Amino acid sequence: MIPPEAKPALAPKARLRFDRTSGGYLLLYPERGLALNATAANILKLCDGELTVDGIVEKLQGEYLDRSAEELRRDVLEFLEEMSRRGLVRVLE
Amino acid sequence: MSSAPRPYTLVAELTYACPLHCVYCSNPVDFTRHEDALDAADWRRVLREAERLGVVQVNFTGGEPLLRPDLEALVEEARSLDLYSNLITSGIPLARERLERLRRLGLDNVQVSIQDARPDESDRIAGREAFHRKIEVARWVKELGFPLTVNTVLHRENLERIGEVIALAEELHADRLELANAQYLGWALRNRTALLPTKAQLERARSVAAAARARLEGRMEVVFVVPDYYVEFPPACMDGWGRRFIVVSPDGLLLPCLLAHTLPGLSFGNVRERSVEELWSSSPGLAAFRGEAWMPEPCRSCARRAIDFGGCRCQAFHLTGNAAATDPACSLSPDHGLVEAARTEAARPARELVTFSFRTPRTSRDHSR
Repeated sequence: MIPPEAKPALAPKARLRFDRTSGGYLLLYPERGLALNATAANILKLCDGELTVDGIVEKLQGEYLDRSAEELRRDVLEFLEEMSRRGLVRVLE
Repeated sequence: MSSAPRPYTLVAELTYACPLHCVYCSNPVDFTRHEDALDAADWRRVLREAERLGVVQVNFTGGEPLLRPDLEALVEEARSLDLYSNLITSGIPLARERLERLRRLGLDNVQVSIQDARPDESDRIAGREAFHRKIEVARWVKELGFPLTVNTVLHRENLERIGEVIALAEELHADRLELANAQYLGWALRNRTALLPTKAQLERARSVAAAARARLEGRMEVVFVVPDYYVEFPPACMDGWGRRFIVVSPDGLLLPCLLAHTLPGLSFGNVRERSVEELWSSSPGLAAFRGEAWMPEPCRSCARRAIDFGGCRCQAFHLTGNAAATDPACSLSPDHGLVEAARTEAARPARELVTFSFRTPRTSRDHSR
């Protein structure tokens, strides 16, 4: 479980890249890549190792007005946990 | 044909020259026939043209890519195109200063091959002393802040030591560990009797790898690749012929895979004469096995044809003499007996002693005659 005060950052092997062909973002890592939807890309762009999970949720709130902070935090955490299991996001405490 | 699929990865084989002589090398057996014909300007243009087509990753490989003194210029170009760049290397010859320079120029990932967890065994497979140097290089990779991939090719002589390989990769703080069984093409096919494991060996190793994958989740990605000889259905070789990968050989051929130029009767254009875009969309060699029109039965009516694309064309050719045959690794192939016979041979309690055929320019010339 990632605590809300944790500071997520992209793993050293992962890099975000804008993709002209699809108009979206890709998360690239050795031999692989993930095509991200807009929300996933927005979350990962904020994973700079400085912002906490709560900080990320706060920044996103302006763009996702239809969701409560509670729901948004749950979605962000769920996504970051999956990325962390894949070794693509590191969590700095 | 404007309907060519989008490629994602460029495999840039900068040279077939290599200081190592690994007995399962994935270069063609007749590699001495293919000279390094592309200069830095050619390769930079290839990178630009590939990126325009949709490529987002480049693997600089060989042979040994470090033998190219212009590698730096290519890494720099890849960085300026925002390509994810991966150096696939034996680690020899490499000075720490050069690795530092590549880091500054924007190289993203370094993959170091380690042939075995034990120095003597590793050097025996590589055909020269290399193990200790490789370990030193792998440590530099991490010290300089690169992510590290360790790649170990598995076969009957080192499968039992897979646990030691995993421990070594952990000690090196690898971010990714590729435990890739040899595939029996090219040099590995020449050495198949010496290298092909038994089913029991493979299953033990697979369970060790699975346990490590679970234990190391989130820290080290553990990839275990089974040899095609022990699957029920073949994997999608290169994600399908001419679909996701562009391979450019040292002499400039634009290929769908590492060995397509060993198939007779196919013509692949050269990037020195035509653009990557043009070759990708209209090279007759790529058109030959794209899609499903070429497929024989049982592939043609098989539900898996869109999953495995008929398997590996090179395996089909090198085992049956017909590149358009169903991959004999597939249990449904009429030629599957060829693979079963090799498996039976691997499991025989008493086997003829065999010696390795090392990958060297001399053995290459002998085999090419």
